[in-house]
Amino acid sequence: MTGDHQMLALLLFSGFVAVTLGITTWVSRRRQGSAEEFYAGGRLFSSMENGFAIAGDYMSAASFLGVTGLIALFGYDGLLYVVGFLVAWLVVLFLVAELVRNCGRFTLADVVAARMSERPVRIAVGTSSVTVSVLYLVAQMVGAGSLVALLLGRTSGAAQAWTVIGVGALMVIYVSLGGMRATTWIQIVKAVLLLSGTVALTVLVLVRFHGDFDRLLVTAAERSGHGSAFLAPGLKYGGSWTARLDFISLGIALVLGTAGLPHILSRFYTVPTARAARRSAVWSIGLIGGFYLMTIVLGFGAAAVVGPDVVSRSNAAGNTAVPLLALDLGGGAGSTGGTVLFAVVAAVAFATILAVVAGITLASSASVAHDLYASLRRRHVKARSEVAVARIAAVGIGVVAIALGLLARDLNVAFLVGLAFAVAASANLPALLYSLFWRAFTTRGAVWAVYGGLIPALGLVLLSPVVSGSPDSLFPDVDFQYFPLQNPGIVSIPLGFLAGWLGTVTSDEAADEAKYAETEVRSLTGAGAA
Amino acid sequence: MQSSNGRARGDGDGSGDSAESQEDPGAVSRDARYEDPWYDALATGWGELDGTGIPARAVPAARREHDAADVRARDVYLEVQRSEAFQEVRSGYRRFVVPGVAAFLTWYVAYVVAATTAPGLMARPVVGAVNVAMLAGLGQFLTTFLFTWAYARHARLRRDRAALELRWDTQELTRGAQGGAS
Repeated sequence: MTGDHQMLALLLFSGFVAVTLGITTWVSRRRQGSAEEFYAGGRLFSSMENGFAIAGDYMSAASFLGVTGLIALFGYDGLLYVVGFLVAWLVVLFLVAELVRNCGRFTLADVVAARMSERPVRIAVGTSSVTVSVLYLVAQMVGAGSLVALLLGRTSGAAQAWTVIGVGALMVIYVSLGGMRATTWIQIVKAVLLLSGTVALTVLVLVRFHGDFDRLLVTAAERSGHGSAFLAPGLKYGGSWTARLDFISLGIALVLGTAGLPHILSRFYTVPTARAARRSAVWSIGLIGGFYLMTIVLGFGAAAVVGPDVVSRSNAAGNTAVPLLALDLGGGAGSTGGTVLFAVVAAVAFATILAVVAGITLASSASVAHDLYASLRRRHVKARSEVAVARIAAVGIGVVAIALGLLARDLNVAFLVGLAFAVAASANLPALLYSLFWRAFTTRGAVWAVYGGLIPALGLVLLSPVVSGSPDSLFPDVDFQYFPLQNPGIVSIPLGFLAGWLGTVTSDEAADEAKYAETEVRSLTGAGAA
Repeated sequence: MQSSNGRARGDGDGSGDSAESQEDPGAVSRDARYEDPWYDALATGWGELDGTGIPARAVPAARREHDAADVRARDVYLEVQRSEAFQEVRSGYRRFVVPGVAAFLTWYVAYVVAATTAPGLMARPVVGAVNVAMLAGLGQFLTTFLFTWAYARHARLRRDRAALELRWDTQELTRGAQGGAS
């Protein structure tokens, strides 16, 4: 690692920061401070803009760095991740995007609480939304730390810590000053940067192999030392039955979790109609699908060009596969091309982390202010002060995320994301789907659905090998591991749905027929939508 | 009714105006069973209507003008929900979405389970280095794009126009029901 990389990467990244800060000030210059504007950007984005912004929100550093690294190290098993990430969008498109746009105003809780007794439902859904966001945030923060370790060529704790703190501070500035409008534009800029960077690298990989995908695969398989087993499932998740079950659990969590991610759902409020929401989902599926197809090429490319041994020596989790690949494709360490490409990729990855982090912070500050604060405070809160609370909440969430990001520095990024998806699928999705589609669903059902998914999901992770009982755990010295799987989804998702059903059938209050009629009519026609 | 039709076309981007979409929503909404918001509001209804909660609330609501308006707005939604036009939109949506979700979830779960429990099958080579697993993975991408396209097309041709008309009608009725209160 020469000084050139670092200088150029830092320069490019500073450029991105400057541009985004410019956007933030430009946007907040004429803000009126209404809740509509802060949470939903005035609902005036076009479906294409929102499609890019959704893609920007979703294509996290975990996919760009984590998943390509998994493919580079474990071959096909990394690809399984990518498929789950993409197929999940069908759930969003079919069941959630339009209906949520029509029924809600700012947050996920709006949709569920519309039919129910508001306070308990808002508190429950708000709590689980914040939990999901914080887990996801920590994953992004860890990614930022591990990236800078590579960028500066040393794994010094201080450099990583300062990166985490810097990223946290920037995201707080974006969100609290710029609200949804600034965040959306940052996502769009980042999505364009990330996609262009990925396209460029993919083209270079394919050129290296003369456009022969088959040869790329063969070379990757040879270089990996696993032979053709590298191209088939089983290297990472194929061992014990526990490992296999763990992967099935993760796969289900990925597919069902996306539709419960608060920062994704809140994106649909930034467009004027349900039809625009659908179109933005279609846009984002196209962009995300294309992106993931390219990450497959990049992952196998990193295995073929750089080699899994080099990748895992640089970062055991494989998070640095793509930057190393860029260095090699540009002509190797020390060459101008390598320096430039490496710097570009590092800067793009940084931009990715920053933008995703801002999106999640915004969604969780909306949950705190619009759901938790407004419900926990008895007297009526005016819209103006709610936005002020949201800005303060963004600062608070930033601090929590920085602290946890420093704590969880050495965990694999992709695993943390899987966990966030599991919680979203177990707690948010049952409540959301039941309230949209089940006539008899009641307040107790909604509250039970959320806590019945949230508590098992978090509890099982606490009892899993992730936290204790194995050398890679957070606390390797103690052992209170009773649940064998790393991802709780396969147990906690059915539990969430079961709890929602149980709460509904045992509640003595009957569901309000007229409120359900309102939800159904509004969700499918858009009548009365904000 | 005519004006709302015209508006529906004006707001659309033209893609909803295909021949297919002309038949179903047009006839139904013009017949407008719910034009009178008081039409049969609570006397009849679905078998599932439990008959205790809703009518009971309609009576004390007469106490104040505002409450009454709210209740009338509630009735509008019940009324629209029971209208044929809405039933058609809803069943059109469900007829596509329920089998669609069942299909892609089954296909995805089958893929994941096969990848974890039958690596031998997945490792079987097909062409060159490409094996069954690789084809199945790329197949997931392909089916995702196809499902997306089919859903968007179905919604555009079968639902959008009818839903938009219902939206204006419903809003008009709610506004009428709320009357002076708003």
